[in-house]
Amino acid sequence: MNTDETKSFCPAGIDASCRVPLLALFGGAALWLVLGLLLGLAAAMSFHQPDMFADCPCLNFGHAQAAANDLLLYGFAIPAALGVMLWIFARLSQAPLALPIVPVVAANIWHLGVLIGTGAILLGDGSGYAWLEYPRAAAVLLFAAFLLIAISAVATMGSRADRELYPSHWFLFAGLLWFAWAYSTANLFLLSGHPPRGVVQAIIDWWFANNLIFVGLALLGIGIAFYFLPKFAGQPLAGSGYTLFAFLTLVFFGSWCGIPLSAPVPAWLPAVSAFAALLSLIPILAIGIVSWKTVHGAAFACGGGPLCFIRFGTASFVLSAFLYVSEFCPRYSRVLDFTWFGFGVTQWQLLGFAGMILCGAIYEILPRVMARDLPYPKLAKVNFFLFASGVLLYVIPLLIGGVEQGLKLRDPNVAFASASGVALLFLRVSTTGQLLLLLGSLCLLLNILVLTLQWKLGLLKTVIAAVKAPLENPSVKEVEL
Amino acid sequence: MKTGFSVFLAAFLAFGASWYGLVYGPLQQLGGAQQTVVLQSADNWPPQRTGEATLGLQVYRKYGCAACHTEQVRQTGAANELALTSLGVQKAADFKDFMKSVMIVPALLNASNTIIGNLDKWNGDLPVTLYSGDDSIVVSTLADKLKPVGVKTEALVVARGADIARGWGTRQSVAADYLYDEPVPLGNLRAGPDLTTIGVREPDPNWQWQHLYAPRSVVPDSTMPAFRFLFEVRKKIGGQSAPDALALKPEFAPAADLEVVPKAEARQLVAYLMSLKANAPLYEAPFTPVTAAKK
Repeated sequence: MNTDETKSFCPAGIDASCRVPLLALFGGAALWLVLGLLLGLAAAMSFHQPDMFADCPCLNFGHAQAAANDLLLYGFAIPAALGVMLWIFARLSQAPLALPIVPVVAANIWHLGVLIGTGAILLGDGSGYAWLEYPRAAAVLLFAAFLLIAISAVATMGSRADRELYPSHWFLFAGLLWFAWAYSTANLFLLSGHPPRGVVQAIIDWWFANNLIFVGLALLGIGIAFYFLPKFAGQPLAGSGYTLFAFLTLVFFGSWCGIPLSAPVPAWLPAVSAFAALLSLIPILAIGIVSWKTVHGAAFACGGGPLCFIRFGTASFVLSAFLYVSEFCPRYSRVLDFTWFGFGVTQWQLLGFAGMILCGAIYEILPRVMARDLPYPKLAKVNFFLFASGVLLYVIPLLIGGVEQGLKLRDPNVAFASASGVALLFLRVSTTGQLLLLLGSLCLLLNILVLTLQWKLGLLKTVIAAVKAPLENPSVKEVEL
Repeated sequence: MKTGFSVFLAAFLAFGASWYGLVYGPLQQLGGAQQTVVLQSADNWPPQRTGEATLGLQVYRKYGCAACHTEQVRQTGAANELALTSLGVQKAADFKDFMKSVMIVPALLNASNTIIGNLDKWNGDLPVTLYSGDDSIVVSTLADKLKPVGVKTEALVVARGADIARGWGTRQSVAADYLYDEPVPLGNLRAGPDLTTIGVREPDPNWQWQHLYAPRSVVPDSTMPAFRFLFEVRKKIGGQSAPDALALKPEFAPAADLEVVPKAEARQLVAYLMSLKANAPLYEAPFTPVTAAKK
């Protein structure tokens, strides 16, 4: 149904209704992406020049890495995904965006929250819970902004002409529920001032991180991919039964992963998580098969365009999720726990999967909603190649280095310094990947920035032209007559 | 999946189930946890931290120490060991002969090769480990057989695993260890060594301060960043060093008329590190503390 939707309605009007909200969400997201990658680079410097920030508490590894991670997740991935979701919902509903002013306000609140949170982490006010470092003030802003965007999204979805739901609807709508529930639970329990006793904090944090990064990002990213892949391929999404199966198994099994096997918690928790991780292979494979069947055999040109991004992102999802799940296998976890491997997998999920799909979607959507071409379409293509090579160069050394480090850590006769030393070697390579990613994100930021300026100049010209235009005064004409 | 409500219902059920299992369940099981009792002792575990160490945990959180250090020790199992501590009036050669004669006892048959092997490798020093393995019956049977002969033995429970062998702890970490932590700084990356028992391994605060100020002054191949901002470099008063000034190696020390003293945050952080000594045997993580002292 989504391939021939243009017949019955006017897409230009729908795109125009999304213009300001999407610009507010995407513009901030691109800025946070650049900042996040920059801070990630600063964090990596601690391993090349250990004493670089010895007199500067703001940028030591603990601060910079936490701020960088949160910028990539809360600053870039979630607002960008919400923006793409608003547009997809409007398109699928064949109706303009409902309450278009609400997401504009919400985007500004969201970005303010990210700004406060990042500042707090760098100044040492992070909460100390992984992926939940933003202090209460920032968390409240993020949650309020999220609810506002969700209202607009659900209202748009409710106004759809065709009552039948498209698979993207399931994934994206569930993603809304996921974030709201996971984020509120984690914040209420951990940041309310009276966190539960002892190790329960860590359990809630693991549960939250798994449901936000593994399941939540999968719901949003795959929901977006399942909208664009059929469009680019020019053929419908393969097997809606498969897709439904993938969706249900993902939400039912994926949500139970996350507790590491070595965790000092009652043994049933890691055991349940490990079993859920095994079952999570089903949705991962199903999503991979559906995506493959959808694009397979379709004649299309890639050439660094949005399709390249989304195809790369979908492949990244399958591979990174597969590695993520393997971390919960008892046999591998003994080697992989506490190494750079897990770090690499998370960065792959954030940048290789979510980052790629979102960038592709932004490049696809922006020219439509702005009703003008990208100012630097070549930079968009450069962006793809920088991102693709950057992600691989960043993540693969971390993965291999993590395995090497884990094997050495596992052998008590190998000195600890030798285990961390072998990882350093790989970190040197991965930093090159971070540089490429940073350059790529600058392409995105530049495109959005110049596009916004052009649009604003256009608006200004219209206003000036309207002011300068000679006034037609009908009453004067009557007198002359 | 034709209506929004059915999608909502599916997502709600899935998420609710995981919430019930992984949030509500652990809260019910552990949310009301109290201090436990140390095995074969009247002490409670974990001990309450001092005020300075409690503040130190916040310094640990503030500078993101848990980004590179874990505070959890893994264990792959536990071994039952029987060590010979004294031969009494027996001679070593006689004892070996006696041991060989004991091996016909059915309970010891499976372990006889290992035990005889251990004895053959024995150079006469005490204590010596006669048996180390999974079977507690071997230990008790052997101890019973050796008691009437007049030699003294000691039965031990020893935790095993790479982390334990590295000396990062004497047992695995368990939920009870983190009762007073807020936040719980478990960590997930070992860019630096595990800190579960750093208070036992490096009990000297001066070493800790030197390590924070200039890590490579005490650990030459350390990759830890220096935390110089936790210290004050000031002029010596009347040419005399203050009692708490760091005794740094010359190549890491400032000019001769300057001294380095820890600021309040450095004191709190080190007080916290000193308080990390998960070394008490618990019901869920037993071991025999004597071995820990010997090692």
